[in-house]
Amino acid sequence: MKGTNIGEFEELVLLTVAALMDEAYSVAVCDELSTHTGRTVKLGVVHAVLNRLEEKGLVKSQLGEATRARGGKRKRFYQLTIPGKNALVNAKEMRDQLWDRIPSLAWKNL
Amino acid sequence: MKEQRHHHPPAWAQRFVAWYCRPRLAEDLLGDLNEYFERNVQNLGPGRAKLIYIIDAIKFFRSYTVRKPEFFHPFIKPIMIGNYLKTSSRNVMRNKLFSFINIVGLAISMSVGLLLIAFLNDIYSYDRFNGKGERVYRITNVHTKGRAQGKYPSTSVKTGRLIREEVTGVEHVSILRDDFSGDAVVGENVLPLKGFWAETSLFEMLSLEIKEGNPHTALRAPYSLVLTESAAEKLFGHQPALGKAVRFDSVDYQVTGIVEDVPFFSHIDFEALVSFSTLESRNSGDPDFESWDNMWSNYVYLRLSEDADKGAVQTQLDALAKNENLSEEDTEIRLELLPLYDIVVSEDLRRSEGLRYISPHVPPQLLWIVGSLALVVILSACFNYTNLSLARAMRRFKEVGLRKAIGAGKNQVWQQFLAEAIMVSLAALLLSFVLFLLLRPQLINMAPEMQRLVKLDLNAKLIVIFLLFSILVGVIAGFLPALFFSKVSAMDALRNVSSVKVFRHLPIRRVLVVVQYTFTLIFITATAIGYVQYKNILEFDLGFNTENILNIKMQGNDPEVFLKELREMPEVSELSRSLIVTSIGNAWGGFMRYGESTDSVLVMTNHVDENYLALHGYELIAGGNFQARPATQAAVSEVIVNEQVLKRFNIANQDPERAIGEEVTFSNVQGFGRKMTIVGVMKDFHYGKVDNLIEPTALMFWTPGSPAVVNAKIQSDNIQETMAKVEAAWKKIDPIHPLDAKFFDEDIEEAYSEFSVMIKIIGFLSLLAISIASMGLFGMVVFATETRIKEIGIRKVMGASSENLVYLLSRDFLILLSISAGLALPVTYFFFEKVVLVNFPYHEPIRLLELSAGLVVVLGIAFLMIGSQTINAARSNPAKVLKSE
Repeated sequence: MKGTNIGEFEELVLLTVAALMDEAYSVAVCDELSTHTGRTVKLGVVHAVLNRLEEKGLVKSQLGEATRARGGKRKRFYQLTIPGKNALVNAKEMRDQLWDRIPSLAWKNL
Repeated sequence: MKEQRHHHPPAWAQRFVAWYCRPRLAEDLLGDLNEYFERNVQNLGPGRAKLIYIIDAIKFFRSYTVRKPEFFHPFIKPIMIGNYLKTSSRNVMRNKLFSFINIVGLAISMSVGLLLIAFLNDIYSYDRFNGKGERVYRITNVHTKGRAQGKYPSTSVKTGRLIREEVTGVEHVSILRDDFSGDAVVGENVLPLKGFWAETSLFEMLSLEIKEGNPHTALRAPYSLVLTESAAEKLFGHQPALGKAVRFDSVDYQVTGIVEDVPFFSHIDFEALVSFSTLESRNSGDPDFESWDNMWSNYVYLRLSEDADKGAVQTQLDALAKNENLSEEDTEIRLELLPLYDIVVSEDLRRSEGLRYISPHVPPQLLWIVGSLALVVILSACFNYTNLSLARAMRRFKEVGLRKAIGAGKNQVWQQFLAEAIMVSLAALLLSFVLFLLLRPQLINMAPEMQRLVKLDLNAKLIVIFLLFSILVGVIAGFLPALFFSKVSAMDALRNVSSVKVFRHLPIRRVLVVVQYTFTLIFITATAIGYVQYKNILEFDLGFNTENILNIKMQGNDPEVFLKELREMPEVSELSRSLIVTSIGNAWGGFMRYGESTDSVLVMTNHVDENYLALHGYELIAGGNFQARPATQAAVSEVIVNEQVLKRFNIANQDPERAIGEEVTFSNVQGFGRKMTIVGVMKDFHYGKVDNLIEPTALMFWTPGSPAVVNAKIQSDNIQETMAKVEAAWKKIDPIHPLDAKFFDEDIEEAYSEFSVMIKIIGFLSLLAISIASMGLFGMVVFATETRIKEIGIRKVMGASSENLVYLLSRDFLILLSISAGLALPVTYFFFEKVVLVNFPYHEPIRLLELSAGLVVVLGIAFLMIGSQTINAARSNPAKVLKSE
């Protein structure tokens, strides 16, 4: 079913959007991801992912106020939706369950 | 910080993104890019920032950002197109005068376009029936001897042989030789046939189907003959022809094959082919037949194999030619490949005289000239549409405003006006198609060459091209109006701002009128000058008399019997014989030497009998007519020369009287180094056409056995009756060949027929151009007076006189016309003086009369139209005009 499964990068973007709260627009998401993951994240990729997430209904967006920066263009702010929150929670739960299945004994042998 | 403010991302990249991006996404995308850009300016500098911006702008071109093309919008489009059609047709109906001008103007000009398209279609369908034609080439010989270089379509037999033996990558080689013709005799049946000496591979080369006989061996054995189907039917009726004998010139040939008729659109045409091996067996041992520089009457065709490289073949040909050139002293021959499909439309190639191999040929320059002339006429009609649409802007202004106010985009307005223009041009297409059908026979029958060249038949492909052409014309015509209307802002349109104000500073309309009239004037002036010069050529004093002289070609018959018949006719006052008819481009000549000098000069000659000089009224300066009556060319010992001969050799210090009795040595095909005595000196006359300078020329005695033209001076009130008598006399001596007789003046006219064709075409186009431009001007004047009718009313009330008003209204147009005249006349004058007439050393100067004739006509028509409208307006009663205000 569409929207229940999300890819790794999609999850990262979703988490960042959630973390940035009211300041989540594409450039900010991009910067945040770059600092936290340490990889160079291209704006084009983030833009495409945000667009896809919105299509899936995991985020919603609205245009902000016009400012003099950015050539007078408005920012598009993203917000997590309920399905988006569910998808994140699902993903985390799924991982936690898998984590829990690993006996601590096994770790030591690696 | 302030400094960075000055840097902006490249504007075109921004527009590019805004253009392709979905409107919903565009704003924040542009914003993001901008933010990155500003960041990059600080970090990396403005140059790299701009580069990155451009790269990013292109990288964002993705499936999710790109807007869907609106054209395919499923639901709204048909409705809107229906609406466009409805408003457009209402608009066409409402403005009957303007619509009439537009449709008729476009139709007239488009009919020219249609003719040209049909013509090009025919020209470019030549030889395309050939299945593997794109691999077939004809050898072009570039012959350099001394300083003279010439390109010939013909080459030597040796070339063909060598290519067949040595060049790799060639599938087939076929040698074709000219100068086979004659009367085919089968029993009682005699039929003149034209044909070639050829090899069997020719059928493969031209993809002609052999209907009967063996396609591989038909032309292998000597004295084999292949007839086309229609030739076989003419000779043998419905009886089988294969295996029968046909006699040419007392030699029997056996029919070994019947081939399908050569299609109309083939560059070579024949009725019969005779095996090339016949010639080989006849000429075996003749070194000249196979020599490398005997390249005057053979044609070599070759087909490359599928994987062959043209460049590689050319390299081999170069090497081959280089090797052969070693054995020649001052002659150098280069071989070139001319693709089969380019034979008809290609540069001019020389041809040696008297060959039957005449392929239809259209120089590309001619296509360019006629094409650009037609384009000018079509553009002129498009300008009319553009001008009148812009002039009428006021009426459509409100409509566009309203459309925009209720949500029409720029694009939709643009489409609407384009659709309207296309609709008008499609309507014009219907009319122009009728014109096309009417003009087609005129064009084809304009010259005999045209009848051979094109058919201008219609087919489905042509109709589709016509439709596309008409749509293109519509787009060109409607482009500018559509652009202007789409830029109208709804605010302006609805705020009751006069459109006159909006469009006042639009120079484009004036520019269009000036361009239109400049070209019209150039056309019409060129026609006038060309016509006068052409008439001068026809009436040119050639130095002898051409009136009422009938030239009858003997076509191989002995003229004596025929002369006897003609002498009995009372209408024939004088008779003479000559070898050729001069002054119409025919030439015959030999080399003359004088005294001890080794200086050998090409002298043009004609062989004539003792009555020739008197009949044509040649003026003798010194000496007299021929005294001796030699029976063979070898015995000819008397020569009459022109002044140029004396001048060239400086015979007797150029004194004609003392030149009589001097001896010259003359060599031509009939004899080498014959001594001849000058018995007469005649005044210079024009031996060649009037575009040649007068060269040294000599007359010699005509002897029996040579080809002959009988010149008959006719004095008759009823030419038709006389011609019938001549024809009856001809039938008595030659029942097979039709009479070939023409009056000298007709011959001259025919010799310059290319000029008359050119003048007819340009004259016709100038007629069209002038009518289209006049219609356009008329429309503009009507519009101008209509919009200023109230102003005129007020001026009248204030006391302006009619003359004042006429001047006021026509001033603008007169200024435009004077600018056009100022441009057009000098251009035409210099074009003729510097480009055209330099080729005619004896031309008359261009007179003011023909230079200004066109201007007078165009101005006259313009005055008539401007005058009639402005006088009408000036006479209008101000009370009526201002009543409603």
